[in-house]
Amino acid sequence: MDINVFRAWITSAGEVIQANRDHLTQLDAAIGDADHGINLARGFTAVLAALDAKPAPTPGAVLTLTGSTLISKVGGASGPLYGMAFRRAGQSLGAAEEVDLPALGQALEAALAGVQQLGAAREGDKTMVDALAPATRAFAKAVAEGASQGDALAAAAAAAAEGAAATVSMQARKGRASYLGPRSVGHEDPGAASTTLILAALRDAAARAPAQP
Amino acid sequence: MKKLINAVDDVVTDALAGVAAAHPSLSVDIENKVITRAAGPRAGKVGLVSGGGSGHEPLHGGFVGYGMLDAACPGEVFTSPVPDQMLEATKAVNGGAGVLHIVKNYTGDILNFQMAAELASDEDIEVVSVVVNDDVAVQDSLYTAGRRGVGATVFVEKIAGALAEEGADLATVAAVAAEVNDRSRSFGIALTSCTVPAAGKPTFDLGESEIELGIGIHGEPGRTRATMSTAAELTAVAMDAIGSDLALDGDLLVMVNGMGGTPLMELYIVYKEVAGYVAARGGRIARNLVGNYITSLEMQGFSVTVCALTPELTRLWDAPVDTPGLRWGR
Repeated sequence: MDINVFRAWITSAGEVIQANRDHLTQLDAAIGDADHGINLARGFTAVLAALDAKPAPTPGAVLTLTGSTLISKVGGASGPLYGMAFRRAGQSLGAAEEVDLPALGQALEAALAGVQQLGAAREGDKTMVDALAPATRAFAKAVAEGASQGDALAAAAAAAAEGAAATVSMQARKGRASYLGPRSVGHEDPGAASTTLILAALRDAAARAPAQP
Repeated sequence: MKKLINAVDDVVTDALAGVAAAHPSLSVDIENKVITRAAGPRAGKVGLVSGGGSGHEPLHGGFVGYGMLDAACPGEVFTSPVPDQMLEATKAVNGGAGVLHIVKNYTGDILNFQMAAELASDEDIEVVSVVVNDDVAVQDSLYTAGRRGVGATVFVEKIAGALAEEGADLATVAAVAAEVNDRSRSFGIALTSCTVPAAGKPTFDLGESEIELGIGIHGEPGRTRATMSTAAELTAVAMDAIGSDLALDGDLLVMVNGMGGTPLMELYIVYKEVAGYVAARGGRIARNLVGNYITSLEMQGFSVTVCALTPELTRLWDAPVDTPGLRWGR
């Protein structure tokens, strides 16, 4: 995957976040403070502007700039957490111009580690980790089993969606939803939902890209 | 949604422009969203910076001025500000004696202030952070993000601000801020939800006779839903929760705070109930505030915050303050 795939990913992520802005905000209204979709949409708008304005010559640079912009522009918890995820993924890719599947797997691992380091959430806490962690595992497993790029990314996106769906029955232990105690049960975690959208955007952007030689 | 705004996207910047126009004692950087004292930093004085989402006015910008904060960074509505803003504020108020960050305990505020403190230390500014977490409605346990920072923030900013004004060093100012937080507890009750401008509709629906007990300051639902009852009964719910975690004998500082849409008349009715509750338990309200100090947009409801005073904390509370939101003695 080259820089075009990564740019297409971020563009498409921005579009799906925008399209799901109200849905994500509604999920947050149920167990948080009704701003998740609003904030992420604002953040990705700033990211797309930054990618147009500033040099980002490699896949790693695209992701690092995405992360830095989210940290600078979003606020709340989602800004630093998504910002950290993209920055760590970008740093993991380094200056490579082409990203192969193992490198992308490492980038996902780095993103997950960054989010967990900053937010101290574990699986089962009803957070974005409940989508990102299974997606990272599913991707690594698919790559180890020799899956194609498309199949590995589809496996990651599917695992994220499954993980997000599983947050419905969880009681939140991190973030604002944890204030609700048992009342947080019965609602999908907005961060897990947005993580699922972003990983689905990666699957779709890679599928649309011209076949690699 | 009916709100006195021009455009949803301009709510925060338009309000900041209004603050700038109304208060010549403040310097408002509308682009970076930082409010500072117009007089600038005083050499040798510890700088106090706080910040948080918008929609809680007068907190925090209304508490910038002599005897209280040196700077405030407002985020988007109910959204923590970003590290860049906090760094700008920290640099702007650094008088060489270090800067205290007063942070309400919410995941977003903690993460962004943490990053800002790191950026400030890269620029050789000493920063100490004090986290405010006074809301007894949230159990402080491994299973939550910990107690929210609510009304005690006003007390921390006033008392730490007074000590900083006297020239105390950073460690001493941070210690008194932590002491005020440790000695304070709050509980809030909502009669209605509120509408985040960008969301356009109320965060939750409450029936005509329903209320939310144990709310924070972001229009979020509380711990439980209950049925509306009298001011006396609702005050007892709040005071029972506070009293279960703080001895109510001795000299107390009490704030009966409106959530933004509550008539002052009703807040005074609540205050009367609080005074009776405290007196019956052998306490004495030595100082009080009744009004809107830390709000949740147009939400109807109230919170009570109680701080167990010491003679030194009372002295610092009485010290002169001159801000748009609190002003006495000067």
